[in-house]
Amino acid sequence: MQSPRSPSSQPFLSVSVTDPVKLGNGVQSYISYRVITKTNFQDYQGPEKIVIRRYSDFVWLRDRLFEKYKGVFIPPLPEKSAVEKFRFSAEFIEMRRAALDIFVNRIALHPELQLSEDLRTFLQADEETMERFRFQETGIFKKKPADLMQMFRDVQTKVSDAVLGKEKPVEETTPEYEKLKHYIFELENHLTEAQKHAYRLVKRHRELGQSLLDFGKAVKLLGACEGEPTGKAFSDLGTKSELLSIKLQKEAQQVLMNFEEPLKDYVRYVQSIKATIAERGTAFRQHCELAETTKLKEINLDKLMLTRSEKVGEAEIEYREIKAESEEATRRFERIVKRMDEEIVRFQEQKTEEMGVAFHQFAKGQARLANGIADAWRALLPKLEAASSV
Amino acid sequence: MMGSENADETQINASKEDMENLSLGVDGDDPLKKSDVNGDSSNSAYRSAMSTLSNVRDPLSSPPTLLTPTDSDPLLAPSSLGDFRSVGSKPNSSDNSYIEPPSYADVIFSPFDENSDSEINGAEDSSLLSPSSDLLSRSPSSLSSDYIKITVSKPQKEQEPSNSIVPGGNTYITYLITTRTNLPDFGGPSEFSVRRRFRDVVTLADRLAESYRGFCIPPRPDKSVVESQVMQKQEFVEQRRVALEKYLRRLSAHPVIRNSDELKVFLQVEGKLPLPTSTDVASRMLDGAVKLPQQLFGEGGASAVPVHEVVQPARGGRDLLRIFKELRQSVSNDWGGYKPPVVEEDKEFLEKKEKIHDLEQQIINASQQAELLVKAQQDMGETMGELGLAFIKLTKFENDEAVFNSQRTRATEMKNLATAAVKASRLFRESNSQTCKHLDTLHDYLGMMMAIQGAFADRSSALLTVQTLLSELSSLQARAEKLEAASAKVFGGDKSRIRKIEALKETIKVTEDAKNVAIREYERIKENNRSEVERLDSERRADFMNMMKGFVVNQVGYAEKISNVWAKVAEESSQYDREKQSS
Repeated sequence: MQSPRSPSSQPFLSVSVTDPVKLGNGVQSYISYRVITKTNFQDYQGPEKIVIRRYSDFVWLRDRLFEKYKGVFIPPLPEKSAVEKFRFSAEFIEMRRAALDIFVNRIALHPELQLSEDLRTFLQADEETMERFRFQETGIFKKKPADLMQMFRDVQTKVSDAVLGKEKPVEETTPEYEKLKHYIFELENHLTEAQKHAYRLVKRHRELGQSLLDFGKAVKLLGACEGEPTGKAFSDLGTKSELLSIKLQKEAQQVLMNFEEPLKDYVRYVQSIKATIAERGTAFRQHCELAETTKLKEINLDKLMLTRSEKVGEAEIEYREIKAESEEATRRFERIVKRMDEEIVRFQEQKTEEMGVAFHQFAKGQARLANGIADAWRALLPKLEAASSV
Repeated sequence: MMGSENADETQINASKEDMENLSLGVDGDDPLKKSDVNGDSSNSAYRSAMSTLSNVRDPLSSPPTLLTPTDSDPLLAPSSLGDFRSVGSKPNSSDNSYIEPPSYADVIFSPFDENSDSEINGAEDSSLLSPSSDLLSRSPSSLSSDYIKITVSKPQKEQEPSNSIVPGGNTYITYLITTRTNLPDFGGPSEFSVRRRFRDVVTLADRLAESYRGFCIPPRPDKSVVESQVMQKQEFVEQRRVALEKYLRRLSAHPVIRNSDELKVFLQVEGKLPLPTSTDVASRMLDGAVKLPQQLFGEGGASAVPVHEVVQPARGGRDLLRIFKELRQSVSNDWGGYKPPVVEEDKEFLEKKEKIHDLEQQIINASQQAELLVKAQQDMGETMGELGLAFIKLTKFENDEAVFNSQRTRATEMKNLATAAVKASRLFRESNSQTCKHLDTLHDYLGMMMAIQGAFADRSSALLTVQTLLSELSSLQARAEKLEAASAKVFGGDKSRIRKIEALKETIKVTEDAKNVAIREYERIKENNRSEVERLDSERRADFMNMMKGFVVNQVGYAEKISNVWAKVAEESSQYDREKQSS
């Protein structure tokens, strides 16, 4: 990442989100995070700066970037907390912290986004300034979620219309783009299913752990009724079973954090792309409509010039204005297209890397668990042999 | 999530078919086909190996259920948990079913694994087991050459000969009982078959209960009227067939009962079973255990008064038994109602009874937890399989739609994961079917606990008889004394009284004899109890040890297998090994 602004050493920007702390009381309580920035970027207070941020600050950042960098796939945020009870559990907090860390770092590593002013504000501004910014902007962007939903629906109907062969003139119909849209929508379905099964698998680990625990206890009680050596054998068996129960609970947590969460993140990413697709659709429509309008104005102007009307002057001004707007709209649209072309390459590569890591960790975890299980049971065998030869 | 569970289940069954038919042809060279998930050649090798391996017909050991989704896999259906109890053979020494672990290690491990590691594992497992394989078979009969092997098969519908009263006649099921044995009692090495219906089994059980009082007789399968209405006919018949087989095998494993006339006759004599049924017995009877009347009120017994015939003729005169009968009628209430309390003073016996009761409770508890464990393992395997399937679909999708190489790379890696998940899923399920069989021992012993209760009840009844006779005797003697005293007052003797006294003295003598017989009987039953309980205790301990070993060996074997599957994937994706993941 060569930044033209830093001629000296390699420019870097690295962020970590740490130390979740619960603040506030009762209903108004929330989690705050320490955000540590290490950088040699020129506009930044280096080499290190620490600020305190909360979830809604991250939301602010995301919304700003979404507005300003249309066409870029903005990294997704973890969901707003679901169940109240779960909101402050240690696991949830840790998972959220990790997800926020990934979020900021993805932005920091993105060639365009890393130069964003809003990012700088987010990473550097003091807490009061940040709060002010946040309150300012939420008003304007409050309607956003609803808008997004509408855009999704629009895009979906348009895609299905295109599939059905209906003619809708205000829609991109290049085959590559159609393919991309279809791909993204289908991908979301597939990923959601995979993620669902991954979550269930986590549950299965926990359930198996629990039943091993109960089984171990029952077997120990049974052993207490039997004389030796059977009694001791049962007792050993029960103890092993309880031990393995712990291993399973641990692995459940690992699978949740290192396998299911990346899959969820993948789904969120795809949803973010859908939002970008919606933006592109809007930009395209604007570009088309304005081009259309410009043409009409031009025709009108020519007509007026022919009839030497007094309205020529006015019309000329209007025409020039519209033309400028149209050109701007076209530029915006083309920028989105260009960005998306780059983004999609990046996205695929990034996902291959990230999923590769997730798969690898999952496989490693499963292998380790199975090994642990084999070792534990195997250790019991000589004892059982000894007992039964008595 | 809740409502979708059912839909998912049907989807799973459907998707397993999908998985069979799914061909992930990528560039013509499909690693999936090469590996063993759908590979037909290795599959058939595996299947034929498994079928030669188990001459014990065991539905649970037919493994590649993922590949034959239409087969009824007990572990797939929700009702499987009920099935798991009655399915699977009892790990009886005469079956040598515990020799299975080393053999299946050899068979299963090789077609699945390309690595030589697994060969070593397989070899390790079998070497681990062979020195103990002798210990795995516990009863002496399997070490010698005696054997008796009973199989129940070929259920078929037959019609009762219609009588004029009931038009059409009833249909019932008969089962083919095949015995293969070299016991001299059956006439040397031979194989023979008879057809029997369930009613015959009830008769057999009843006759054995009478003849072998004090023994711990394995309980026969339930009549289960409710189940026969609710279950599918086929399922019910199959469940009953399995239960019958188990029962007969247990009978033939009992060192005393295997030599009984009743069993011999049941196994050998073709045609009508030549044992007296519960309806047409003469009115000779002993005071029986509480359990026996309940058995009689099974299929045959319509009589209100439970009567049963004694097989052993040498029991004393008719008079004796008439006394017993009268005693029985006056003393016991057949519907399991009030019985005068037996005064059991034997402390040791009471302690033992207490202990047996505790043991029973713990076996029940352990059996329940074992069921839950099996279910949890099954669920794990299922979900792992579903995950694999979902990723296979994703892989196909990515490959179909791929624009960039990064997508193709990802698709390949996903496929490795999916294949491993499917393999692991199958291994889980296989492991589980073995676990089922092993832990089934716990449930088997619940049955044996019942048998012990039965033996104890025999003892209590016998004691009751003795005590009742004693009190009867003393009241008779008191009456005689009174009569004598009264008669003595009459000068020259009171003829009518004297006659009464003589009749009474006659009765007293008979009652005295009866008492002595009863006491001998009681002592005999006590001794039977003692030796049986001792035998059962040591059998149970041995069986439990075997169960534990079998269970543990199975867990080890499959955990190693599963670990290898995943280790391979981890190795192949080692370029993604990061110390701490950051995006």
